[in-house]
Amino acid sequence: MRYIPLTPEDKDAMLKTIGAKNIGELFEQIPEEFKLKKDLKLPAPLGEMELSAHMKALSEEGEITLKNISFLGGGINRHYVPAVIPALLSREEFLTAYTPYQPEASQGTLQALYEFQTYIAILSGMDVANASLYDGATATAEAALMARRINKKGKTVYVSSALHPHYREVLRTYLRDVDVPVVELPFDQKTGKTIYDAEQMKDALCLIVGYPNYFGIIENLDEAKEVATKIGALLISVTTEALSLAILKPPGEFGVDIFVGEGQSFGLPPSFGGPLLGLMATKTEHVRNLPGRIIGKGKDKFGKDAFMIVIATREQHIKREKATSNICTNEALCALTAVMYLTLYGKTGLADLAKINMENACALRGAMKGMFKDCISFSGPTFNEFVIRTPLPAKFVLEALAQRNIYGGIALSKDYRRSNPNDILVAVTEMNRLDEVFNFVNALKEVSQ
Amino acid sequence: MNSGTEKLIFEQGRAGRIGIDLESFILPDSHRNRIIPEELRRKSLDGFPEVSEPEMVRHFTRLSQKNVGVDDRMYPLGSCTMKYNPRINETIASMEGFTGLHPAMPHGDTQNAFRILWELEQMLNEICGMDAFTLNPVAGAHGELTGLKIIRAAIRARGEKKDKILIPKSAHGTNPASAVLAGFTPVDVEVNSDGSISLESLEKVLDENVAAMMITNPSTHGLFETNIGKIADILHAKGSYLYCDGANLNALVGIARPGDMGFDVIQTNMHKTFSTPHGGGGPGAGPVGVKEELIPFLPCPRIVKAERDGAIYFKPKYDKRSIGRIHSWYGNFLVLLRAYCYILSMGASGLREVAEASVLNANYLRVSLSALGYHVPFGRMCMHECLFTDAGLPNGITTMDIAKRLIDKGYHPMTVYFPLTVHGAMLIEPTETETKETLDVFITAMSEIVGEAKEHPKLLHEAPHGTSVGRVDEVDANRPKNLNLRWKKL
Repeated sequence: MRYIPLTPEDKDAMLKTIGAKNIGELFEQIPEEFKLKKDLKLPAPLGEMELSAHMKALSEEGEITLKNISFLGGGINRHYVPAVIPALLSREEFLTAYTPYQPEASQGTLQALYEFQTYIAILSGMDVANASLYDGATATAEAALMARRINKKGKTVYVSSALHPHYREVLRTYLRDVDVPVVELPFDQKTGKTIYDAEQMKDALCLIVGYPNYFGIIENLDEAKEVATKIGALLISVTTEALSLAILKPPGEFGVDIFVGEGQSFGLPPSFGGPLLGLMATKTEHVRNLPGRIIGKGKDKFGKDAFMIVIATREQHIKREKATSNICTNEALCALTAVMYLTLYGKTGLADLAKINMENACALRGAMKGMFKDCISFSGPTFNEFVIRTPLPAKFVLEALAQRNIYGGIALSKDYRRSNPNDILVAVTEMNRLDEVFNFVNALKEVSQ
Repeated sequence: MNSGTEKLIFEQGRAGRIGIDLESFILPDSHRNRIIPEELRRKSLDGFPEVSEPEMVRHFTRLSQKNVGVDDRMYPLGSCTMKYNPRINETIASMEGFTGLHPAMPHGDTQNAFRILWELEQMLNEICGMDAFTLNPVAGAHGELTGLKIIRAAIRARGEKKDKILIPKSAHGTNPASAVLAGFTPVDVEVNSDGSISLESLEKVLDENVAAMMITNPSTHGLFETNIGKIADILHAKGSYLYCDGANLNALVGIARPGDMGFDVIQTNMHKTFSTPHGGGGPGAGPVGVKEELIPFLPCPRIVKAERDGAIYFKPKYDKRSIGRIHSWYGNFLVLLRAYCYILSMGASGLREVAEASVLNANYLRVSLSALGYHVPFGRMCMHECLFTDAGLPNGITTMDIAKRLIDKGYHPMTVYFPLTVHGAMLIEPTETETKETLDVFITAMSEIVGEAKEHPKLLHEAPHGTSVGRVDEVDANRPKNLNLRWKKL
C-alpha cells in the first residue's frame, strides 16, 4: 500500500524489539469474540490512476451543471475565487498542520487567525471576534447559548421568521435539549421586515434577526435594538452573505451584542454546502463568554511579539463540562481562506466588489420591473439577493428555467408554507454578467406565457 | 522555519494598491449602492489593508514558513492521528464538478454528490459494524453532540427520562462538554491502576438515570478496553446506551468493529482515521453511526437511495422523529469526499494494514523509549499510541521541556499533559505512515534529550531555540490588561 512504508523486514525487526512473535500478538488485548474473522466488504483498493479516473468521471457529471446560468443563493453564495488562494492554501505548512497548541511551531496559523479576528471585528463593527465556528447556522445556535450565559434573567429566544430557515432549524435542534424555548417572530408581508411586539416578549433572553434577512431585506437594526433594550434582551444579528458587510452599516454600530454570520463568501466555493465558515464577534465585556478558540498577541520570553491561544479557560480541553462550548476542531483553514481573500480585495476592492454585486442585482430588479407588474415581493431595501414574484407558480417556473439551463433561484414556498407560491429567492453576484441577467428575464417571460 | 518577524497585514501596503483588478466590471456612473438608505450604509472599511497580489503572496508564504505540517516532519500527537494526507485527494477535492455544486440545485443535477455520500455511508457502516450513518456533523465534537442528542431523542421516545452520561476520567474534554450541551449531567467513572475502566466504579454510579456511557476505545491510554463486552451488557441491562468516541479508530480498522462490541452509537473523525488534512484546526468531519433502533432519530436530511422507473437515484430524506438539522446543509462535503477517496484507495486490505502498522509503530516506540528510561505508566502492549509520563526525569525536567526540545530536534511534539489521569502525560501516536528509519531517528532524538536532561538541563528548560519565537508567556498574555485579540489602528 503506497501510504504505508513498513517492509516485511522492518516488521520482523520491530516485532523482535517488542518481543512479539507476530502482528497478531499485538492485538491480544482484543477479545477473540470481537476480532473480525474475514475481510471487510469494501470495493477492491484502487491505484491512484484508477481512483483519479473514477473521480474524474463523477466530477464530470457535476461539471455539466456549471455551464448553467445560476441565480442560486440562500446562504451559499457564488463568488469568484482568485487563483492565488487555492495555491497558497495548498502549502503543506498550513494544510497539514494541527490545531496550534504548540505556539512556537504554529506562529503562521496563529498570526493568520489573529488577522482573521481583526478583519471580522472591523467588518462587524464589534470589539472582538473568535477564530471561527462550523457555519453560520451553528454559530447562531452558539450565540443563543452564549446569550443565555450572559443574560441569566431572560428565558426565551425570540428569532425572526425571516431568518434563514435552516438556521432556525439548527437553532431549535441545539436548544431543544437544554430547555430554552424558541419563539418565532412574524414578518411584514409587504416589506419583508421582522415585526416586534415588545409587550409579548418580556421573558426574552435574546432577539435574533437576519441582516440582511433570508429575503435579502436589509432590516434597520435600530428598531430591534430599541425593543431588545426595552425588554432587557441581548440582540444577535445574523449575516448569511458576508460580502454585504462591505457596504452595510456594521452591526456593532447598531449596538448589536453578538454578531454571527456565514463567511463562505470570502473565498470558499459552494462545495455542495461544506466546508463553510462560522463567524462570531462580540463586545469586549462578553469576551469570556465566547465559544471556540481565541488567538491573542503576547510576548515570548525574550519580549518578542508572539501569538498564542488565549482565554483557553473557556475551552473544553481545560474546563471540560464547565466549558462555554464543546467545540474543538473548527474551520481554521476556511478562516485562513477568508483572510487571504479579504487581503487580496482589500479596503477598496471589497467595497467595489460589493458595488458590482449591487449593480448586477439592480440590473435584474430593473429588467424585472420593466417586464412584469408587481414582480418584487417585498419593498424593503436589498443587497444582492431579493424575492421575485413570477406570474406562475415557482415550482413550474424553476423547472421550465432549468430546461433552458438556468437555475432561477430557490422557491420560497419550500420553506415558507404560507408564502406566495409564485415567490422565488434570487441571488445576483459578480459571477452573473449582465447578458445573463437579460437571458434570465427573457427566459422568465417565455416560460411565464 | 522562518525566524524573522512578519508584520501584520494591516501594517503593510500603501493607499492605492489593490490585489485584484475590478475596473472591467464597474460602470463609470455606478451609484447603485445609494439605493441602500444612508442610515444603513457603511462609511468605509477603514483598517483594511491595500496590498498588491505579490505582497499578499509573500505575506502568506512567509507565515506558512512559521508553521510545521505533517509533510515536513513526524507529528506524533497522541489521539490526533497525524498521518500522511494523500495529495491525490486534494486534487480530487478541487475538481469543479464537486466544488461548483450548489446544494440548492435540483436533486437530479447533484446525483454525483449524493452518490458519493451514500456510498461513503455504506462503507462506514461496514468498517464500524453499524446500521446507518449521518455524515452531517462537521467535527468530532459536533458528532458527539449529535450522537448524544440521538440517544436523548430515543429515550424520550420510550417515554423515559434519563439525565446522566457516564464518562471515564481518561476521556477527551469534548465528551463532558458535549454531554452538557446535549442537556445531560456528566458523571466521572474511575480508571484502574492498569489503565482500564473500573467496573467497580461503573457499578457504583450506574443507576436508572444513566442515559449512556461514552467510551473512547482504544482509550487515550492507548489501551483496548478488554472488558468492553461486559460493560456493554451491564449498561444495556439498565436500558442505557453505549457510545463510542471513535477518535482512536485507527487502531481497529479492519481488525475489530465497535458495532460488534456492543456500541450503539459511534462518532468517527475523517480528519484522523481517514486521512483528511487538519488544516491547522479544521475543517473536519465527524460522521455518526448508529444501530438500527436509533436510525429514525438521525439528523436530517439523510441521503437515501430510491428507485424510479427502474433507475436508481439518491435524494435527501426528512424523518419526523429526527433530532433535526445540525448543519446548514449536508456537512463538510469536500472533507467527506476526501475520506471516500481514501477508503477507495485502501480497500479492506489497506485498512487492515493501517491498524497493524500503526499498532506496530506505537509498540516499537513504547519498548524503545521505555528502554531509554521514559516512564510507562501502563506496562502492557499498547494499541496505536503509547503513553509516557515525566516521572523520574532528572533536574526537574518536565513534559513541557521535552516537548519544546523536540521542536529543536525537528519534530512536532507529542500530545502533552493529556490524558489527565497521569501526571505529566506524553501521548505519542506515530501513525502507520512513518518509516522505521524515521522512528529510529526519533528514538535517537529522545535518547539525546535524556542525555541533555542530565548534563545540560538548561538547554531543555529554555527550548525551543531555533523557532521564530521562543517559549511564549501565556500567563502574561492572559492578564486582563494585556489581552490583545485584534489589531487596532493607532
